[in-house]
Amino acid sequence: MGFLPFVVVAWVLVVGLYGIVTSRHLMHQIVCLIVVQSSTYVLLLAVGYRTGAVAPYFSDVPVHTPAVDPVVQALSLTDVVVEAAVTALLLAFAVQAHKRFGTLDPHELVQFKG
Amino acid sequence: MSGLLAVSTPYTVPAGLMDVLQAVLLVLVAAGATAVVLTRSPLRQVMVLSAYGLILALLFLAFQAPDVTLSELTVGSVLLPALLLLTLGRIRRREK
Amino acid sequence: MTGRQRLWIFVAGAAGLVAFLLWGLAGLPAFGHYPGPYGDIINRVAVAQTNATGVVSAVNFEYRGFDTLGEEFILFAAAAGIATVLRRLRGEHVITTRRAALDRVAPPASDTLRTAALAATGPVIVLGWFLATHAQTSPSGGFQGGVLLTTAFVLIFLAGQVLLFGRASPADLTDVAGAIGAGGFVAVGVTAMIMGLPYLSNFLPLGGMPGAVTSSGTIALISFLVGLEVAAAFLLIVTELTEQALLVREDGR
Repeated sequence: MGFLPFVVVAWVLVVGLYGIVTSRHLMHQIVCLIVVQSSTYVLLLAVGYRTGAVAPYFSDVPVHTPAVDPVVQALSLTDVVVEAAVTALLLAFAVQAHKRFGTLDPHELVQFKG
Repeated sequence: MSGLLAVSTPYTVPAGLMDVLQAVLLVLVAAGATAVVLTRSPLRQVMVLSAYGLILALLFLAFQAPDVTLSELTVGSVLLPALLLLTLGRIRRREK
Repeated sequence: MTGRQRLWIFVAGAAGLVAFLLWGLAGLPAFGHYPGPYGDIINRVAVAQTNATGVVSAVNFEYRGFDTLGEEFILFAAAAGIATVLRRLRGEHVITTRRAALDRVAPPASDTLRTAALAATGPVIVLGWFLATHAQTSPSGGFQGGVLLTTAFVLIFLAGQVLLFGRASPADLTDVAGAIGAGGFVAVGVTAMIMGLPYLSNFLPLGGMPGAVTSSGTIALISFLVGLEVAAAFLLIVTELTEQALLVREDGR
């Protein structure tokens, strides 16, 4: 159990990268990028976790209860929302690429230069 | 500080049980990520992504991070699939 | 270079990446034994210093407020980028009347979907508003609340009223809301500077009881402004993509 979260992080990262490399559709690539991003959220939260601790909200527990790290949670929280907007920007590019080139196959898109 | 609110300390899950829950959810996350990548049809992949977002949110909850759970649920299971489906609709329409 | 060669190069690279990654991750403290002093210090002092019982939001909007400002502007820039990328190109036009839109009508939404979507819109708006305004008390905050507010508009779209959706989220109102959110956050920081404090200091009264809605000074205000901005940015994104999907036509069709 001690090393399982980190193994899962590495696995999700590599699986997502494999999906990006072997993809034949731009939308599939974008979703694999989402998967790669999700591995970083798991890593952040795994780093901040403390066994037997509660969530860092003190409206119902006394202030000195051992709690998990709130800083990595703050990072992950904004991360999730902001990466969604950046993914939407990628989707907009995909729409325009499809309009111009008629195809979303990365292997064919590479041939259009300039 | 705690005397100001009339709520007693809530029930906490025994540490061993929480470990098992986290291990199960971690394995499910790894399986879910593999399923998302191996689904080649974009439309089907969006549905699998939505389910993957839900499992990820449950994992974050087991990591004692309710705020991140809320974010991941709304973004990963609802908003991102909506954006993806809108884009797919745009692309499909042009291919007809 | 064929696909198989590409795959073998990837496997070689990925093997190296995984080796280094696991080596690096093994150097971290074991899972569950978080050592770092920073999290413990914040947990201990946050409630006393800011009167906010939601420490994650206090970190987001107070202790690391400057980072949140940067992230919010990433969101803003992404939304502006999408509006630019999906601008009306030469040779396209946007239809605005209902009759012209009928050539690409989606399959009619079933009554169940329509009723459920419309019935859920109200509670979702209330929940999103609650989350955006209660950052300091419980798991909530501007980011989640803003996304939920956008989801309410997506529900209106799901109920089949696309052109109504366009009127319910007129571009002007969305732009104004986004500008108020983003500019407001900056203005809160500048107001602190005007008062002689460092940028983004918490200058509003902290309130009496920790965890009350009006407590924690600027945290509640900033969270609300962030929620407004996030909702506006995502609404703009969804509107742009919907317009592309349903309303933009090439000239001559």
